[in-house]
Amino acid sequence: MPRALFQKTGNAVYISHLDLMRLFQRSFKRAGLPLTHTHGFNPRPSVSIALPLSVGIESHCELLDFDLDGEAVTCDIIRDGLNRALVEGVKVLSVYEDGAKIKHLAYLDCRIDLEYDAGIPEHAQSAITELFSKPSLTVEKKSKNGNTEQDLIPMIRSLRLEKQDEYTLCIFARVCCQNPTLNPSQLVAAITKYLPEYSPNFSKCCRLEVFDHQENVFR
Amino acid sequence: MTELIQRILPTVQKPARYTGGEYNEIIKDPAQVRVQVAFCFPDTYEIGMSNLGMRILYGVMNEIDGVWCQRVFAPWGDMEAAMRLHNLPLWALESKQPVKEFDMIAFTVGYEMCYSNILNMLDLAGIPLLSSQRTGLKNIVFAGGVCAFNPEPLADFIDFFSLGEGEESTVEIVSLYDRAKAENWTKEQFLWEVSKIPGVYVPSFYRHEYKEDGTLAEIVPVNGAPKTVTKRIVENLDKAYWPTKMIVPSTEIVHDRANLEVFRGCIRGCRFCQAGFSCRPVRKKSPDVLYRQAVETMEDSGNNEITLSSLSTSDYRGLKELTDRMIPYCEANHINLSVPSLRADNFSVELMHKLQTVRKSGLTFAPEAGTQRLRDVINKNLTEAEILTTCANAFSGGWNNVKLYFMLGLPTETDEDVLGIAELVYKVIQTWKEKATNKKRGLRVHVATAYFVPKPHTPFQWEKQITPEEYLRRCRLLKSHFYAKSIEYNYHGPDLSRLEAVFARGDRRLGPVIAEAVKNGARLDGWDEYFNYAKWFDAFEACGIDPDFYTVRGYDEKEVLPWDTIDVGISKKFLLRERKRAYEEVITPDCRESCAGCGAACLLKEVSCDA
Repeated sequence: MPRALFQKTGNAVYISHLDLMRLFQRSFKRAGLPLTHTHGFNPRPSVSIALPLSVGIESHCELLDFDLDGEAVTCDIIRDGLNRALVEGVKVLSVYEDGAKIKHLAYLDCRIDLEYDAGIPEHAQSAITELFSKPSLTVEKKSKNGNTEQDLIPMIRSLRLEKQDEYTLCIFARVCCQNPTLNPSQLVAAITKYLPEYSPNFSKCCRLEVFDHQENVFR
Repeated sequence: MTELIQRILPTVQKPARYTGGEYNEIIKDPAQVRVQVAFCFPDTYEIGMSNLGMRILYGVMNEIDGVWCQRVFAPWGDMEAAMRLHNLPLWALESKQPVKEFDMIAFTVGYEMCYSNILNMLDLAGIPLLSSQRTGLKNIVFAGGVCAFNPEPLADFIDFFSLGEGEESTVEIVSLYDRAKAENWTKEQFLWEVSKIPGVYVPSFYRHEYKEDGTLAEIVPVNGAPKTVTKRIVENLDKAYWPTKMIVPSTEIVHDRANLEVFRGCIRGCRFCQAGFSCRPVRKKSPDVLYRQAVETMEDSGNNEITLSSLSTSDYRGLKELTDRMIPYCEANHINLSVPSLRADNFSVELMHKLQTVRKSGLTFAPEAGTQRLRDVINKNLTEAEILTTCANAFSGGWNNVKLYFMLGLPTETDEDVLGIAELVYKVIQTWKEKATNKKRGLRVHVATAYFVPKPHTPFQWEKQITPEEYLRRCRLLKSHFYAKSIEYNYHGPDLSRLEAVFARGDRRLGPVIAEAVKNGARLDGWDEYFNYAKWFDAFEACGIDPDFYTVRGYDEKEVLPWDTIDVGISKKFLLRERKRAYEEVITPDCRESCAGCGAACLLKEVSCDA
């Protein structure tokens, strides 16, 4: 099954996972690339996206698996056809055959921008770095069965902070993205819970890259 | 630093409806644009983007050189709260420019209960609500859509109305504005010139005078305005503009599929139906043109579903030819073809089975009334035998789901008619028991009753609406006669339909009521989450207006009606004749069988009525 590596940026970050699936299904049709369909009662085009992305999060490493019907076409033709049929902000970077099994996906790199409207508070960087160096850090996680406590530390592979400008502090982290999964927004939740004085006015998150268990880039 | 709007978007529900950027969205170079039109739909994005009229006119206006038409929708409550908190004015999706900076502000108004949204959107845009407060040529506000057929409740707020189909008149209006702007006309000068375009109604050119009993004494045209304004129509639909490159939303909308209009007008003449009369005369599109447009639309949009739409699709003469060509195309391309608005009396079992090969859709009937007598009164030419035969065919074909729609409070309705609904439903259940081939999953009969709202330009435009208490009594009476557990009965609450009745036949004295209700927070009235009857009730009270005057009172046949200035092509003589026939329980054959002389054919010059 071929796989597409794509990015989701700009206003496209507000397209939800289900809507994005629909967008791709229509884009394949618009590009004249017919998808195979499932054989159920309601046949559905076969597209699937690994690691559903929350609304509002940017990504440069999304993976879409799909299955084409009809004549074979080259990966480059698929990529270019899709890019003409997609919307601004959703861009296919490459298409290739035989991607790795999704179950081998283990980590992802993300960047979180912490925005302080009055400027980065003094000591914020060191305090936050220290916070994530603790042996254990629990925050509440909302789930279907009510709220549970989640310890973030075992799911953080590495983490560093960088000052982007006077107002913006960036967290660069490599976290578990599958079994278990750490939603990067939990890192901000931890700051708000344990260091309320360094809680940012606004934060946003971006996925940068995905890795397998050996921390090799996952494709 | 992230800009304000980007900080707000992640905090609201379904943010994708506020960002634009969809496939086929039209972006123009502002340097080349002379006239900016903000095309406002007074409801949410999901509703507005499902509106075919808006899609057509968006295309029409953007085809004009130097004109950029952009979309604006009503924000959901959470977004509105954020906008008000941060003083963010309402913006258009394409350029994100505030609506206040646009030359023309257009509204398409299809439902009385969105009047509050029109005012609220103007308010969110920072534009004065009253036409009289907007003195310049900029921000001129105009409106069209079916509610423009009785525009009087909105007369204080809208500078002019465009009546009927807008494919041609909108081009004339916008082009005139282009000239007016270049030549620095005043608003008065523009309104005077635009009123000369056929189909344009300027409410400030008419003075409404009332009698002591509150009814209209006279409508006086001033400035030499015409006594009546006749709606516009497109004569040749094959040659009319049709957008095959339509915007494909990136988020789910209510009608998330391609939509192809097969003809306009209706041959049926159901006496309660406003569209059935006001959309006349009947004009068809040829199957050839439709097939070509269907394929173009599907290939361009990538949709996996297409709907053939019209007021009564089984009355489209070319239906067989069109579906015979479309079904193979749709099957080959995994496209679901849906054909709603099929009539029970000539519902083709063959077509039903053919469509089923793509996907099985439901079976819906709208008998509207429970007894033959009352169906004759409303001229719903659908017999019990026809309903039961079609049900029998459907059940033996494997269908186990039926939806039946009725109205309560129709003229001359008695308890016998109400109970007739229960009897009809019982017979449908019996038919299923006898004919169903697949009984494993059981039968579901969904029954819904609506509260009859008399509408302008129909033979029932003079009728009384029954009181909400009486409506509820009839609902309960009906409910007490549904024993079978396969029946699911829903009835609309009376409050919304009562307000709808007030505004449908309302006059200019309702303007302050709308303004007052909006001031008190009325908005998104079509949504259960927001509809608040008390706000409206208080507004009527504050303005000293009795809603009953417009509902349970009924209108006298000799009375001057608020919408008498508006000519939709149907003569009052015809409407009176139809009303008389209703009370005599006499049906009027459909227009194809024999022309009933409604008058709409007079609107045609090039072609004849295709009933």
